[in-house]
Amino acid sequence: MGDRASNGRTVVERRSELELVVTRTFNGPVRLVFDAWTKPELFKLWWAPKSMGVPILSCEMDVRTGGSYRITFGHDAADAMAFFGKYLDVSPPSRLVWSNDEGGEEGAVTTVTFEEEDGRTLLVLRELYPSKEALDQSFVGMEDALPEQFEQLDELLITLSASV
Amino acid sequence: MVQFSTARLDASFAALSDATRRGVLEQLGSADASITELAEKFHMTLTGMKKHIGVLEQAGLVTTEKVGRVRTCRLGSRGLEEEAAWIEARRQIWNARFDALDDVIEALKRKEKVDGGQSE
Repeated sequence: MGDRASNGRTVVERRSELELVVTRTFNGPVRLVFDAWTKPELFKLWWAPKSMGVPILSCEMDVRTGGSYRITFGHDAADAMAFFGKYLDVSPPSRLVWSNDEGGEEGAVTTVTFEEEDGRTLLVLRELYPSKEALDQSFVGMEDALPEQFEQLDELLITLSASV
Repeated sequence: MVQFSTARLDASFAALSDATRRGVLEQLGSADASITELAEKFHMTLTGMKKHIGVLEQAGLVTTEKVGRVRTCRLGSRGLEEEAAWIEARRQIWNARFDALDDVIEALKRKEKVDGGQSE
């Protein structure tokens, strides 16, 4: 991983069995940060950074309350993975809420809030899962999430500790 | 991304491949126990149980502590490490995304300046 000055500013916490919270401060006003999350041509530039190794193939976003989005990742259409859902709440420039429907019943609801202070933006992203298992096994949908072997071990350990 | 040690994974899988050892972990999940107690519970010789505990210890799944003449076994800190690795794997992904988002925001700020947008 690159040791950028900004490393370590991304804080990830598991706040409860069902909730993962990610926080970071960005050096720019809220309107610009909000734009980067809601304009497909900007969103595409950062949502799948090169280090992930999986490019975004397409990105359709109808950013308004009740609107849909659909994002596909992959090297070509044949092996594409799709992520899709609905915007449950779009309140520019301070709040975005969407569902992650590709997970079916196990899909999380993502809430992002934007708060400006002295020209900087505090961003808080919450993923709320319907069950502990869904969060345990949540992938960010990227190939470089936990290796499969490790997942298996995880499951085994979870099974063992659950039987206590 | 987080690098998981293959050697350690192999040790864990080997440790968990045996029914008695899985039983021991389950047992230690509810309460610490001495090797003698575990040997009795699983109808084994002391030597046999010591070997099993040795394998579990190697894999980091169990820790033992000798107090006086009794060696007590408890679950290792592995569970905590798993949790830390789980969080870190996700942090890496968000951090990579947000580093890229930093660049986008910088570019947008520069563009505003050039376009004669609001000054900071």
